[in-house]
Amino acid sequence: MTAPRTLFDKLWDAHAIATREDGETLLWVDRHFVHEGSHHAFRKLDARGMKVAEPSLTFAVADHYVPTRGRPAIASPEIAGMVSLLSANAAKSDIQLFGLDHPAQGIVHVVGPELGLTLPGLLIACGDSHTSTHGALGAFAFGIGASEVAHVLMTQTLWQRKPKRMRIIIDGALGPHISAKDLALHVIATIGTGGAQGHAVEYAGSAISALSMEGRLTLCNMSIEAGARCALVAPDDATFAFLSGRPYAPRGAMLDNAIAHWRSLASDADAVFDRELDVDAGTVAPIVTWGVSPEDALPITARTPQITAADPARAAAISDALRYMGLEPDTPLTAIPVDRVFIGSCTNGRLEDLRAAAAVLRGRRSRVPGLVSPGSSTVKRQAEAEGLDRIFKAAGLVWADSGCSMCVGMNGDQVSAGERCASSTNRNFRGRQGVGARTHLMSPAMAAAAAVTGHLTDVRTLDLLER
Amino acid sequence: MDRFTTLEAVACPLGLANIDTDQLIPARFMSRSRDQGYGSYLLHDLRFHASGEPRSDFILNAPRYANAKILVARRNFGTGSSREAAVYALWDYGIRCVIAPSFGDIFVSNAVKNGLLPAIVNEADVETLIEEVATSAPVLRIDLEAQSVGITARHFDFQIDPVRKLQLVNGWDDIDLTLRHSEQIACYRRDRLSAEPWIVPTPAEA
Repeated sequence: MTAPRTLFDKLWDAHAIATREDGETLLWVDRHFVHEGSHHAFRKLDARGMKVAEPSLTFAVADHYVPTRGRPAIASPEIAGMVSLLSANAAKSDIQLFGLDHPAQGIVHVVGPELGLTLPGLLIACGDSHTSTHGALGAFAFGIGASEVAHVLMTQTLWQRKPKRMRIIIDGALGPHISAKDLALHVIATIGTGGAQGHAVEYAGSAISALSMEGRLTLCNMSIEAGARCALVAPDDATFAFLSGRPYAPRGAMLDNAIAHWRSLASDADAVFDRELDVDAGTVAPIVTWGVSPEDALPITARTPQITAADPARAAAISDALRYMGLEPDTPLTAIPVDRVFIGSCTNGRLEDLRAAAAVLRGRRSRVPGLVSPGSSTVKRQAEAEGLDRIFKAAGLVWADSGCSMCVGMNGDQVSAGERCASSTNRNFRGRQGVGARTHLMSPAMAAAAAVTGHLTDVRTLDLLER
Repeated sequence: MDRFTTLEAVACPLGLANIDTDQLIPARFMSRSRDQGYGSYLLHDLRFHASGEPRSDFILNAPRYANAKILVARRNFGTGSSREAAVYALWDYGIRCVIAPSFGDIFVSNAVKNGLLPAIVNEADVETLIEEVATSAPVLRIDLEAQSVGITARHFDFQIDPVRKLQLVNGWDDIDLTLRHSEQIACYRRDRLSAEPWIVPTPAEA
């Protein structure tokens, strides 16, 4: 009899090559994604005169710096240099590249699952913190820094210390217009940005079983904003259905074998977690952020916080955040005007997200300028086949190509200083979307509702407001 | 990698909470080569006005902290993006140790791999350190072996994972260490790829 294990324990054990006396374990990496920002790591590889250990398990995706308009031209020589450096590094190392002109190009965390490169049971590493996304399929996936990227390139392994195990059980049903993004922000607001620090988080419960794969990807994506080392959902029939027929996923008898194995990965019934949190999905409202950290999140029906003297450090932080955001304390969130909207990113750039935003915008006009950047070129084609692009354009928004775009602003898609953006992205950090930019995080449907009214809006009331 | 044993240096009581890596180095600087150093990008948008002039009201710009090698910050330092460039910016500026009650996981890993000490000090002691560094003595003495932060005649303990501590003390390079396991890795690889052959993807015919 072996002791009952969690999903995370099983993934960890399956990838452990050796454990040192000090407790660090050498883990095998099944899948390594690199992007333009991985250039420091390729330099380290060159400096050592080493080669990529496993080119067939390494995939390069151009996403962080790619332009979203006017392709294939790239106006800035500096940005063009980043994109071509990735192409050169991929070619030199014989790595499959999904570059600017590839039909499957997109954001790495959208492309991986979409192509079936992301599979249950895999250990997936990428030099990007939102690699936690891939855990939605039951993969052990986490972000790493440049030194670790170099280590994976050279050895296909990583030294890690085993994180603690945390389970977040979400039961009940989400209300109408409430999405995985609201759920994610609700959890982060509950436990804080350090709430899952040092933990591998498994999501379970009836609301997770009922969640679409897109929704699970959004939830796991945002888990890094609660500090989680990685996020997981046990693979189930929805996962297998999602993977079936994907270009790089196993097929035929091999798929059957894989599924039989993947079913065995779920946490054992009596497995023990270091921490547990219960969430009632029925209590989750549409959430928006008001401040400069994803934990500064409140239901849209609330008001900006008051500055009370009870906790001086917290009061100072709230006061600072409100000042940066150009907001007064105790203001109804729905009274906050927006200057632009952005819909896209690895958090909310999938087809389901675009459908949710388009459902709100259909037949309506946006009062503010806005950009819609699909999560991948594949999503873009699918959305166009459904006519979603026409809804966005008719609403007055710009329908663009795929990339990280205005979520991180590296490609030049930025929010101007002092401008307020309703954004379907993951980070409302100071200056994240541009110097002095003010970001309000929310779901795609909520961003669309803000576009329609020109201020933060409860999407559930939009029909009533317009009557 | 440089070894870290002790450090006696000026500390800057940065005091801020939630200093994410986007603030440590804004994304727009990350396409630059590190040849000229990343130090001038450290906390760029907090340190400089849009015109490029240093902000006189930002504490790191105060002459008293000009040679700071230590930062004292509040909770959640280095959260967010995995960009190792955040550590490069700190290092190239001259920072060798950050003291805070908590850090982002990826930041800690990146810091240690570059020889920079992330020292976890409890919130109450951080408040004391910020107060004392700002008002009396700006010099701190860090002793990694003893896991202590000294200020004037007092000492505070700090926490660090024992493995990270060893790596900092020895200045170990992970890759040399890993390559000693080459045979084990090769055996593991053979077994893994034969047990779960779908790991190596074979694209469907278009």
